Order: sequence, then structure tokens, then C-alpha cells
Amino acid sequence: MKDLTLQLIDQVCQAYQQRTPLMIQGNNSKAFAGRTPHKNKAKDNVSTLSTAAHTGIISYQPVELVMTARAGTTLAELRAALDEHQQILAFEAPDFDGQATIAGTLATNLSGPARPWTGSVRDMVLGTRLINGTGEYLRFGGQVMKNVAGYDVSRMQAGALGTLGVITEISFKVLPRPEYSTGLTLELPASEAIVLMNQLAGQANPITGACWYRDQLHIRLSGAARAVDKTVTSWSQKYGFQQATQDNFWQQLQHQQLPVFTETGALWRFSVNSTADDLAPAVHQTGIEVSDSLIDWCGSQRWLRTPETLAEQQNTQLQSLQRLAENARGSVTLWQGGDRSQEINQTLNPVLERLHKNVKQAMDPAGILNPGRLYSWM
Amino acid sequence: MSQSGKPDRQTLARLFSEFIDPEYVIADEETQKPYECDGLSMYCEMPLIVVLPETLKQVQQVMKICHQYQIPVVARGAGTGLCAGAMPHKEGVVLSLAKFNQILDIDPLARTARLQPGVRNLAISEAAAEYGLYYGPDPSSQIACTIGGNIAENSGGVHCLKYGLTVHNALSVEMITVEGERVILGSEGLDSAGLDLMALITGSEGLLGVVTEITVRLLPVPEKAQVVMAGFHTVQAAGDAVGAVIAAGIIPAGLEMMDTHAIHAAEAFANAGYPLDAEALLLCELDGTTEEVDQYIERVEQFFLQQGASSVQVSGSEAERAAMWKGRKSAFPAVGRISPDYYCMDGTIPRSQLARVLTEMQKMSAEYGLRVANVFHAGDGNLHPLILFDANVPGEFEKTEAFGGRILELCVEVGGCITGEHGVGMEKIRQMSAQFNEQEIAQFHRLKQAFDPAGTLNPGKGIPVLKHCQEYRSLPSSDTSVMPLTHHHSAGDHS
Ligand SMILES: Cc1cc2nc3c(=O)[nH]c(=O)nc-3n(C[C@H](O)[C@H](O)[C@H](O)COP(=O)(O)OP(=O)(O)OC[C@H]3O[C@@H](n4cnc5c(N)ncnc54)[C@H](O)[C@@H]3O)c2cc1C
Repeated sequence: MKDLTLQLIDQVCQAYQQRTPLMIQGNNSKAFAGRTPHKNKAKDNVSTLSTAAHTGIISYQPVELVMTARAGTTLAELRAALDEHQQILAFEAPDFDGQATIAGTLATNLSGPARPWTGSVRDMVLGTRLINGTGEYLRFGGQVMKNVAGYDVSRMQAGALGTLGVITEISFKVLPRPEYSTGLTLELPASEAIVLMNQLAGQANPITGACWYRDQLHIRLSGAARAVDKTVTSWSQKYGFQQATQDNFWQQLQHQQLPVFTETGALWRFSVNSTADDLAPAVHQTGIEVSDSLIDWCGSQRWLRTPETLAEQQNTQLQSLQRLAENARGSVTLWQGGDRSQEINQTLNPVLERLHKNVKQAMDPAGILNPGRLYSWM
Repeated sequence: MSQSGKPDRQTLARLFSEFIDPEYVIADEETQKPYECDGLSMYCEMPLIVVLPETLKQVQQVMKICHQYQIPVVARGAGTGLCAGAMPHKEGVVLSLAKFNQILDIDPLARTARLQPGVRNLAISEAAAEYGLYYGPDPSSQIACTIGGNIAENSGGVHCLKYGLTVHNALSVEMITVEGERVILGSEGLDSAGLDLMALITGSEGLLGVVTEITVRLLPVPEKAQVVMAGFHTVQAAGDAVGAVIAAGIIPAGLEMMDTHAIHAAEAFANAGYPLDAEALLLCELDGTTEEVDQYIERVEQFFLQQGASSVQVSGSEAERAAMWKGRKSAFPAVGRISPDYYCMDGTIPRSQLARVLTEMQKMSAEYGLRVANVFHAGDGNLHPLILFDANVPGEFEKTEAFGGRILELCVEVGGCITGEHGVGMEKIRQMSAQFNEQEIAQFHRLKQAFDPAGTLNPGKGIPVLKHCQEYRSLPSSDTSVMPLTHHHSAGDHS
């Protein structure tokens, strides 16, 4: 439990005065996320700003379903506190060996399998305290469920990779642990699985996970025991599902421990319309070999493993995958691997790019907070 | 043209009429009258022109012309807003999206709906019903309010505790920038490339752009929904009962509280069978599969009895459930009948502070000599005190506003905020500084500038202008004073 707010503010103020970039990190469990803009940190005068020691749960009121914690607090610590009251972080973000921090999780907007049903970390954020790029210490949102005063600067931090502010404190909504959970599996090709998972999600049943991996459709049910049991029986009869016995598939999926996440090569993440057809064959057709793929979030999130990209081909590959993503009404990111000094995120159209630059300018006029981590130009 | 180089009313009307049916370019006072205010009719202003475009191109052209001459633009949905957010600017254009009322597409498999901004909130669920789907956020104004207005206000409803606010249910919007350019924010995925500008736009009160299309997520209609209605002798006991339900791991679909004034008004209006001897009433709806609802409804009943409920009743049929909700959903107009006028506040508080806030409020009520009725989204801590007053009594509205302002400051004091769902608009601009310091407000201004450098989108609303901040450009001759001046009209009916 340590409050390092003043030190953190000092460091940002100094960097602002000297116009030197800061690389913000917690426990650095997600070093892979985003671009690696600096080949030579010393030359670029980059210093690290660490929130790792800025830790501790500031308040937790189980009956209010609200928790507030400092940036560097690990998800593991939060879960331990929640556990005592049978509550959970419903966004199920990956733990990365116990190292993942709450601020890092928000900055990368990482959420697990329940995301389509109970929401993302972005959805759960109620308020933040943050230091903007001029060293001002600001508070947005609050510790209550509803707050529409001012712009939602807190939620905007989700996925911004620290480019808009140093998050020092987060308040978020927590939920009760479901009374009972169980898994179902069914062998099915990807494109049929996509249709079925979407059909199941359209029925009013206690579904909290729908994932396809290596020819198996996995469904997770959680909630009131009687309701889950009834759904298990009815879906087993109707579709031929098997009840999963004793497996840790959902754990491994949540913590990104399944082979698709740990193999070598490049890992692409597509965020698309949940009903878009299987992307693997289409990616193949562009001449990129797909060695493994996983469909999560009831079809909305697709992970594709390909061989390591060659630096000179990376941009062409990104462009062709972007076309596929756009056809699927979504976007693509080169999640892991590749040359991370190049662009790794979907190209934005000129109007959107201008708005991004303006928002960055508004929050960090000197461009000192994680410059280049999201896009080379901001 | 006027001397300032800005087109005057007639010139502007002519310019618009070149590409919009002149019938929908409204420049005369009589036809403009219905647009002078939103649901908060104490605040009103006549605009320069009201325009009702029918196509995207027309919207873009209106925006381009206004941008060229730096004319303020106030977007307008159904005008049910309760913060004077859609109140016109006297030198500006009211851009009504009323003609954009088409449901463009419902995709039952993906469970999404693509909508024009003028589609009414309830119409979405009505259209989705044939697929067993509905749209989650259900403001009490849902028969009238539009999805465009919902996006602008990040509206909530009685089912938000479980199903979230607008921001949790909107996937993407098409927006026209102040310059008249078209841009798409969000995607049909659950997140999108780059910054989460959807988070910024939702709840931005028409200050950052004009929303011209929205894609929302739809949810499967639960198999069963049932309400437990319970009366309590004290507000504290009702509050504790809410805590007991949540602590037991049950998330009700809706969890609403009303105090004795609201109970009496609603009962007289809706004949819902509310217990008139209770100091506080709880409506707790559970939904899901039949098994889930049956399992939890029993437990909720138990909790309420354990917490000393004076009466407990479970809805036995859909008709009974609808009747129980009807009282709550018509609470505002119902209160409107027991008083010449009422003024609806919208603070949010940590639930544990409820008893303290209500006690303080009773003290203030005595001090100001004004009655106050309370309806409360108890699950998520959003309090709607309704201050009863008579606008025909000189000075009473001013007193009401002062009382209201103190309630909001009290909400901030106990760890809450000045608005849970109605927005800041023109109305709560003074209380913004109770919740945010100058640096935070300056940060909001810089974000506003990122989208609207000249400040012509809904000027004077949402974010107060800092007194000594010269760097923030204000409109040449507009009312961007710290305390905006407003005329006070008869308060009338809010719905
Ligand atoms: C009886 C009653 C009950 C209510 N109950 C609730 C409730 O339970 N929950 C709740 O949250 N609210 C409630 N409200 C408030 C109101 O209905 C909501 O704020 C609603 O979202 C406003 O929608 P509208 O279409 O009427 O918008 P308007 O009032 O027309 O506009 C509201 C704001 O949105 C902006 N705007 C409108 N359309 C666009 C667009 N296309 N692009 C950009 N900006 C736009 C306007 O400029 C304005 O600032 C209630 C109101 C009444 C009268």
C-alpha cells in the first residue's frame, strides 16, 4: 500500500518542462501491447514512469458494488479482496502470471470471455484520477454507478495505451460471483459454430461464454443453479452438447494461456461483427498462412496466428487484413510479433486521424505520454 | 447580410431553402414556438431558424454553412431532455433530426439494430420484438425520446443496474463534424481501432458533433420477469433491504424506491395498488429464465420481510407487473398533478448515504418552505428529488432553483455527482464547479476544442466558461457568460 501520487506528478511535470517522452508502465506484463516506437531510448531521451509501486485498494464497498484502487494494484490482489465477499471482476481480464495491474488492464482494454454479456473493463469503469500531459492531476467520473457530468474522460482511457494520461486511480463496478458455472462442448467447424453461438446468444439463457477453438465450440453457462441445469439439459438434447468435465479451458482462455496465444509467429486480433464468417480461409487467400485460430466473444473477437511477418511485407499484410476486417465491419491489430516500430493498428481515415490528433493534443499537448505507442503519429 | 458579415434570418432561410424543402426551414416565430425549450420549460429561448433536413447531405450542408458563418447549431431530438440541453441559441440554428425516423436494419442473428437518430427509444424494442429481442436502456420518457437524444445524454432507465446505460449498449455512430464532414466512430465489433471516441461522444450533449446514425446492441427478451413490491416504515429500512439483496449476490433487473409523497401521487394517478401507509416503497424486478426468477424471487421476498417490510406483494401476472411499473414510470407527471409545478433533480449518491441525504433534504425543505417528493433508482444510487412549487408565486422558482442547487451540492459532498442521467445542459452548468475544479473544466474545454474549435456546437451548455480564461474563444456576441441568463417562464408540465 503506497501512495506515490506526488512523485508521479513531479515526474510528469519535469518531463513536460523538458519536453522529454515518458514510457509509462506498471509491472510491464504487457510490454508486447502497442508499438515499440523507440529503437534507442537513451538517444530519444525517454525515461520510464512506473506505477508499479503505486498500489493498494483505497476503498471497497461490497454492497455498493464499487471498488477503488491505485494504478499499480494487481488484479490478483483485487480478486483476493473480492473473493471474501463472493464478488468478481466481471470483465475477466488476463492475469499474466499475477503481474497484470488494474491501470494496465484499462489502458489496454483487456477483457475476458464474459465480455459480450457482462461488459469490458471499459464498461465497468466509473471514474479515474489521472495526470495529464502537462502534469495536472485531475479527477473524472466518480465512485457512483451513474454520472453524466462532463465528458467521459475515464472511459476514454480504455485502449488508449497511456497516450492520454497517467492513470493513478480507478473506481470500477464489481459484480457478485455467479452461483454456479459449467461448460459445454460440441465438435463443429468454425463457420457453423459462429452461426450457432450467435443463435444461442439470442435466446434468454444464462450464457457467459462462447468460443470456438480447434474444431470445438465451447459454451459457458453461469447463474442461478436451476437455470443453468435446465439449459444444460435442453441444449444437450437439442444440439448434442457434452457437459465439460473438470476442464480449465475457460481459465486458460481468460489468461491467454491456450496455445494460440503462446505459439511463435505473429498474432493478429480482429474485432468484428459477431456473425462475420470465419476469417481464417479469407486470410489464407491473401497468401498469409494461418497456423492456428480462435474465435471468442461469441464471434466478435478473432485471434489468428500466422508465421512471423517480414518487416518489408508487414504493411502490405496489415492493409490486406484491414480490408477483411472492414468487410467484417470491424478492425484488426497486429497483437504480437512483427516489426513493432511500424504501424500495427488499422489505418484511420483522415477525419478520424485528425480527431485523434486533436484529442491527443488536448490531453498531452507536448506529446510526452507514451508517444508513438498507439500510432506513430500520436 | 448583416453588418457582422453573418447572414440574417431571411438570408439564412433562403440559403437553406436552396436545398431543403422551404416548408422545413422555419423562420417565423409562431411555427418556431414549439422549439423554444426542451422538457425543462423554465428555460427557453427563440432561435434564429429551425431546420428539419431529410437527408445526410442536407445535414452536412447545413453544418457547412453554419461553420462558414460561425453560426451556433443546436441539434434536437424529441425535446424531452430535462437540462435545457436542446434549448435554442438565440443567434443559432436548431437542427431537428425529427425526419430521421427510420429503423434502417435489424440483424436478429448479430442482435444489432441500425437506426436513424430520430427513432423513438420504445420503437426499437417494438420492432425487435418479433425476433425475441429488445433494446436495454429504457428511460421513462421512452415513448417519446429519440435514440439520438439518448446518445447525447447517455440516458439510463429503470433497468440500467443490470443492463447498463446507453454507453454500454451503443456500438457505433455516424457523426457529422462541425465542419460538415462525415465520420464513423466505433464499429460493429465490441471495440474499435484507436481511441474510444464512442466513450467521449456518448453523453456529450450535442457539443462535439451531430449524430446521424446509431448502431445498438439488442438483448434477448427474458423468459420471465416478476416484481416484488414492498412497503417500509422508514427509508432507512428500505435502503438496508436494497443492500441485503445486492449483498446476497442478486442483481435485480430494476430496483426502484419512492418516498411517501411520490407513492401517494403515483397511486392517485395510476391506481397501481401501492401501500399508502408506507414511508418508502421498493419495486424490485427480477428477470431471466423461469427457474432463475422463481429461485430468486423467494429470496428477495424473504429479505424484505427480514428487513421489516410492512407489506410485500409479488406480481402474479403480466398485467399486475405492468401496473406496478406504470405508477413508477408515470411518477413525474403524477407529481405534476399534486402541485402546480415541479422541478426534477438528478443527483447520484452512494446508496449508503441515502438516509443522510434524505434527512438533510427534509431540513432544506422546511427551510425553503417547499415540499419535495423522491423517486430513486435505488439499485444504482440515482436520486430524483422533485421539488414542488408554484411558478405563479413571485420568487418561488428562484427559491426552487436555489434549493435544487443545494441538493446537487449535497450529492457531491457525500461522494456522488450532480447528474446521473439527465445531463448538465444549461441547467446544471453552475453546479459543475461543485464537482470539478478549474483544471478539470479547462481540460473539458480543450476536448471540446478538439472537435469544435470555434465553439459553435450547442454553445453555452455542458461546460461552464471559466471567468478568467481568455484562451477559450467565445462566440463573438453570444451568451457564454459564467452564469448564463435565462428567462423564466411558467414551469408547466415536463413531459
Ligand atoms: C417524463 C420524463 C421522464 C424522463 N425519464 C428519463 C429517464 O428515466 N432516464 C433518462 O436518462 N432520461 C429521462 N428523461 C430525459 C430525456 O428523456 C432524455 O434525456 C432523452 O435522452 C432526451 O432525448 P430527446 O430525443 O428528447 O433529446 P432532446 O431533448 O431533443 O435533446 C437532448 C440533447 O441531445 C442533443 N441531441 C439530440 N439529438 C442529437 C443528435 N442527433 N446529435 C447530437 N446531439 C443531439 C441535444 O442538443 C440536447 O443537448 C425523461 C424526460 C421526461 C420528460
